[in-house]
Amino acid sequence: MKMSIKPVVSALGVSKNFGQVKALQDVSLTLGKGECLALVGHNGAGKSTLIKILLGLIPPTRGMVHVMGADVQKRGFKKCRQHIGFLPEQILFQKNMTGRELLLFYAKLKGAPGSQVNDLFRKFELEAAADYRISTYSKGMRQKLGLAQALLGEPEFLILDEPTSGLDPMARQKIYHILGEEKQKGTSILISSHVLTEIDDRVDRAVILNSGRVVGDGTLTGLTQQLAIQSRIVIEATPAACERIKTVFAHELDIQQTTQRHVVIHCEQARKVPILNSIYALGIQFSDIRIIDPTLEEIFGAYMHMDRGGANG
Amino acid sequence: MANLLTLVAKEIRDSYRNRWVATAILIMTALALVLSFIGSAPVGSTSISPLTVTVVSLSSLSVFFIPLIALLLSYNSIVGEEERGTLMLLLTYPVSRIWIALGKFIGQLAVLSLAILIGYGVAALTVVWAGDLAFGQYDWGVFGKLILSSVMLGAVFLGIGIFMSSVLKESATAAAWAIGIWLVFVVLFDLGLLGLLSSPAANYLPDMVVKWVMIANPADAYRMFNLATSEDTALLSGMAGLRADQTVTAEVMLSVLMAWIALPVLAFCWSFQRRKV
Repeated sequence: MKMSIKPVVSALGVSKNFGQVKALQDVSLTLGKGECLALVGHNGAGKSTLIKILLGLIPPTRGMVHVMGADVQKRGFKKCRQHIGFLPEQILFQKNMTGRELLLFYAKLKGAPGSQVNDLFRKFELEAAADYRISTYSKGMRQKLGLAQALLGEPEFLILDEPTSGLDPMARQKIYHILGEEKQKGTSILISSHVLTEIDDRVDRAVILNSGRVVGDGTLTGLTQQLAIQSRIVIEATPAACERIKTVFAHELDIQQTTQRHVVIHCEQARKVPILNSIYALGIQFSDIRIIDPTLEEIFGAYMHMDRGGANG
Repeated sequence: MANLLTLVAKEIRDSYRNRWVATAILIMTALALVLSFIGSAPVGSTSISPLTVTVVSLSSLSVFFIPLIALLLSYNSIVGEEERGTLMLLLTYPVSRIWIALGKFIGQLAVLSLAILIGYGVAALTVVWAGDLAFGQYDWGVFGKLILSSVMLGAVFLGIGIFMSSVLKESATAAAWAIGIWLVFVVLFDLGLLGLLSSPAANYLPDMVVKWVMIANPADAYRMFNLATSEDTALLSGMAGLRADQTVTAEVMLSVLMAWIALPVLAFCWSFQRRKV
C-alpha cells in the first residue's frame, strides 16, 4: 500500500477580513494523514472562521486552502464533502425527531448505508435512546449524537468544533476513546478547543491562535521547549532531607521550600532525569516524589501572554 | 435528485412533527365546513348549485387564510435552521444549496396542498351529502379551479416567505416581515386601491391601469380567477356586471400567478446561493 504524502489539509497564508475586522492574518496550517491536530485559542481567536474556510463555507480574503487535494473554493470540492465529517460548535437538532430518524436523514444525504446508523448507536451506547425524540436527550447524549453524525460515511477527515465542551468527564472519555479508534483507522482529525486540559494526550500537534494569528505550532514537547517552560519536581521528605536537597541544588536551580516537608525544584524538561539521578545519589529518605510537566494549559497561557508581535514570522 | 427527495421528506416530517400539518388541515377544514353550512343555507331553490356558492365564499376567505398559513409555514425555514446551527452542518454535506431551498419549498407546498385538498374536499362532500343533486350534477369544474388556484396562491406566499427567510438574519425579524407582507398583499393593497378610486384622483386614472394594477397583486388575481371566470360565480359575487374590457381572461390570471410563483422561487435560489454562513 502506498501512503500518500500529500497532507489532508494545507492552508497557505490565509487571511480573512470582515469589513475592518481582521479575523485571520496570514495563517498557514498543514494536517497529515492520520494526524490529530488541536486548534487552540480563546473565543474570538479565529478558530471558527478558520474551520469555515477549511470547509469551503466562506472564501478567504487571501491565501490558498486545499483539503484532500482539492481547492475548497472550486466546484470539484463538492465531491470531497462526502469524506468529511463535521461537528459544529453549537447545534440543536430538531427536537421532534428521534435520534434514528435524524441519523438516517444525514446518512442518506451522505450516501452512507443505513446499517451504519445501527453500528454508530452501538458504538456510542445510544441504542436504548435511538427511538426516542431528541428532546428527551441529555446534553452528553446530544453531543454523542452529533459526533455519530460526523462519523457517518466513514470520513477520512474529521473536523470537530469544541466537541467536549460542557461534558462530564465520563462522556468526554468516551468521546476521546472513539476518536482514538478513528485515528487508528487513519482518519485525520482537527479538534478546536479553548479548554486545553481536555485534549492533553490525544493530540499529536497543536496550533495556537491568538487574535487571528498563529502564535505557536508544534508538538506538545516542541511548544514547551520553544518557550522553555519548566517542569517541576515536588519532593516530600523530612525537614532535614529537604534542607539537604536545598543546599545541594540551590546554586544551580530554582528551588523553593513550600512547606517544611516539601521542596519544589523548577528545571527544564531535558534536565529532569539528571537531577533525579543526583537526588537518588544523595541517598536520603523521601516519602514521595512527583514530577509535574507543564500542561497544555500552562503552555497556552504563556503563548497568550506573549506580545502579539512575538509570533515568529 | 435522491438528495432532493430526502430533503423534501425531511421537511414534510418536520411539519408533521411540529403539528403544522395538523394545524393547517384543521384550519382549512373548519373554515370550509363553516362556510359550506352557512353558505348553502340561504340559497334555497335557486338555479345555482350550492357547491358554487361554497366556492365563492371559500375563495373570499381563502384569500386571507392561505397566504397567512403559507407565510407562517415558511418564514422561519432558513433563518430558523441557521439559528439552530443545522444550516451550517447541512451546507458541509454534499448537497447543493439550490436543492436545500427547493426541498423546503416543495415539502411545504406538499403540506399546504394536502391541507387545502382535505379541507375543501370535506366541504365539498358536506355540500353533496346535504344537497339533493346527483354527484355528477355539481359544477366540479369551478371546484377544481378553486383547488388549483388555492395551491398556486399558497406557492406564491411560500416562495415569498422562503425568500424573506433566506435574506434575513434573525427569525424575529422574519416573523415581523411575514406579518407585514401579509398585510400589504392581502389587506392594505386593496384598501389603498379603494381609497385611490374613491378620491378625485380616480378621474385621471384610466380603467386599464386600475385593472392591471389590481391583477398584478397575486391575491387579487386569485380572487378574480375564482369569482369572475365562470358565469355562476360571477353572478353570485357581483362580478357579472363587468364590461367586456374590464375582465381579464383566466389564462392571464393564471399566468400572473405563475409569474408570482416563479419570481420568488428564483429569488430565493439566488439569495440563498449567496447567503453568508
